Amino acid sequence: MERIEYSAIETLLQVLKRRDYVTLAPILREGAIIYDEVENASQLPRAFVDVQAAGSYRVERREDNAYFGHHVGPTTWKKFLFPPLFELFRVIRTASGFRIEGDANSENHDTVPQHKYAFIGVRPCDVQALALNDKVFQNGPYVDRAYKVRRESMFVVAVNCTEAGGTCFCDSMGTGPKANGGYDLCLTELTGDDEGFFLLEVGSERGADVAKELPSRPADPSERERAVEAIQRARTSMGRTLQTDRLREMLADNLDHPEWDNVARRCLTCANCTMVCPTCFCSTVEDVTDLTGATARRVRTWDSCFTLEFSYIHGGSIRSTPKSRYRQWMTHKLSRWVDQFGEYGCVGCGRCITWCPVGIDLTEVARAIRERQHSSITLQEEV
Amino acid sequence: METIRDVDPMIPKPFRVQQVRQETPDTFTLELVSANGGGDFRFAPGQFNMLYVFGVGEIPISISGNPDARRSLVHTTRAVGTVTKAMRKLRRGGMLGVRGPYGTQWPVEEAEGNDVVFVAGGIGLAPLRPAMYRVLSHREKYGKVVLLYGTRSPSDILYRKELEHWRARFDLEVFVTVDRAQRPWRGNVGVVTNLIPKAPFDPSSVVAMVCGPEVMMRFTVLELEKRGVQHSNIYLSMERNMKCGIGQCGHCQFGPEFVCKDGPVFPYTRIGHLLPKWEI
Repeated sequence: MERIEYSAIETLLQVLKRRDYVTLAPILREGAIIYDEVENASQLPRAFVDVQAAGSYRVERREDNAYFGHHVGPTTWKKFLFPPLFELFRVIRTASGFRIEGDANSENHDTVPQHKYAFIGVRPCDVQALALNDKVFQNGPYVDRAYKVRRESMFVVAVNCTEAGGTCFCDSMGTGPKANGGYDLCLTELTGDDEGFFLLEVGSERGADVAKELPSRPADPSERERAVEAIQRARTSMGRTLQTDRLREMLADNLDHPEWDNVARRCLTCANCTMVCPTCFCSTVEDVTDLTGATARRVRTWDSCFTLEFSYIHGGSIRSTPKSRYRQWMTHKLSRWVDQFGEYGCVGCGRCITWCPVGIDLTEVARAIRERQHSSITLQEEV
Repeated sequence: METIRDVDPMIPKPFRVQQVRQETPDTFTLELVSANGGGDFRFAPGQFNMLYVFGVGEIPISISGNPDARRSLVHTTRAVGTVTKAMRKLRRGGMLGVRGPYGTQWPVEEAEGNDVVFVAGGIGLAPLRPAMYRVLSHREKYGKVVLLYGTRSPSDILYRKELEHWRARFDLEVFVTVDRAQRPWRGNVGVVTNLIPKAPFDPSSVVAMVCGPEVMMRFTVLELEKRGVQHSNIYLSMERNMKCGIGQCGHCQFGPEFVCKDGPVFPYTRIGHLLPKWEI
């Protein structure tokens, strides 16, 4: 583990840019900390904190001068790998039918765009979210090639959490507050009375190659100790828990639980939770033709299981009630994901809680189901 | 907006309509051949394709032709939505995009040595037909083979000539019923489940392949249970909204299953517990 000074952040950005990476990092825009391209370290939202609670998000000034003194915002890294709007192919009308451009045999065939991304400031929960995205888009029998090309060429700079956000519960999901692999470089930021600094860990050969160019010195034992303590503070100050013991079975066995009615009375089915979720992967397709009708494009867009159209088959939608749509979302995240991909589809980032306009908290819904379930079991036993 | 060419499983291949056959007032069959020439189209009974109509959209349609006649691809569709209505306007030489085949298959080989009962409701006959072709082409490997088919009215009977031909065979029992009818219909009237109690198969050794509306399939299972058919010998084909066919768009989820890749054909034992649940 090495110690690098604050000034090394600028060096890191420039080293990555010299290696042709598009450097993506947190920036403050329109009152929220989001991820976008940055040219230099002065664009990072230094000395800002995002104060979060169920249904509430405010960016405020910090006392210290921390670079990464904030948590996770309304955007997710998946948007760079699985873009919200994505043209799948283009079709040209011909005298005898049509020609699909995008077919490797056609004349106008391009290759996949070679965006080389560096994600800087990825929180441990979001590092795990990338691993979950991989399971959907590149580890199955069918591979999303655009995703895979970008994923393979990208560089991840993770940042361990030393403060818990207002809606975080990564400790319950086992994804944070310390990153457990999945990065090229990992930073732990330490602030105090003096100017802060970072401890640097290397997670890959690519990371080691970049780290060589950063001015550093070995971290001394007291600095290492401070990092351990800071991460532990984040762990213990987390305000939420989600009990994962038998969670998959519990939700699958309680599809008729009265709590679904309770939550449906509040849920607006606005789809915010799915749009801010780093692992939600549902998409739909749209067909767009130009005015002459000579060219058609097929576009993939993000979709949400909260819409009525999502489950439409001839005659009507399968999930016509808000209750069934909320249940679909939550049972998918916390139960069906395990059946489908071997892990929970939730990383405990808390975005769905913060960005729910009515402050629905899936950890509370899960708890309510668990508690009623237990009491009913107890009742049966008493009888 | 970012673009990509050369993406893989989401890009259809061009096919041309070789023949259009109007089956019933709202149902038609398209026979398709590859527009790029050559190439057999291999599929297993029960699988489906994603069919793309220029500028309109793409939908999952089961393959309803003979799996051993690989030169052409046969799809039977009811014109109910935007895409299927546009598809109905296609004529010989018209073009469609095809991706597939996708999904699981009917247990045709596993059923060898047993009786087989096909239970079809409405357009549900189309996804079963490839399995029937396969069974009939290896007829000696099976015991009794029975088709129970229910549809709305006599004019809605799908593949009518073929059914009449099949009914004439001595090694196949075909029973048809309609929901409502007027003269000259002399056949059965009522739901398809009414045919199950008297159907000539051995319940202890029959494999049931069922396709139709979900409610019809639920009641079919109840009737099969009453006959003593084992749950493990019942197979259903499910339908859900699908946008990709490859397990990535999320639309077709049915509990833990992706109907596109874990289905559409499921053993009843795998999904039976979900069928009575509302809005899964």
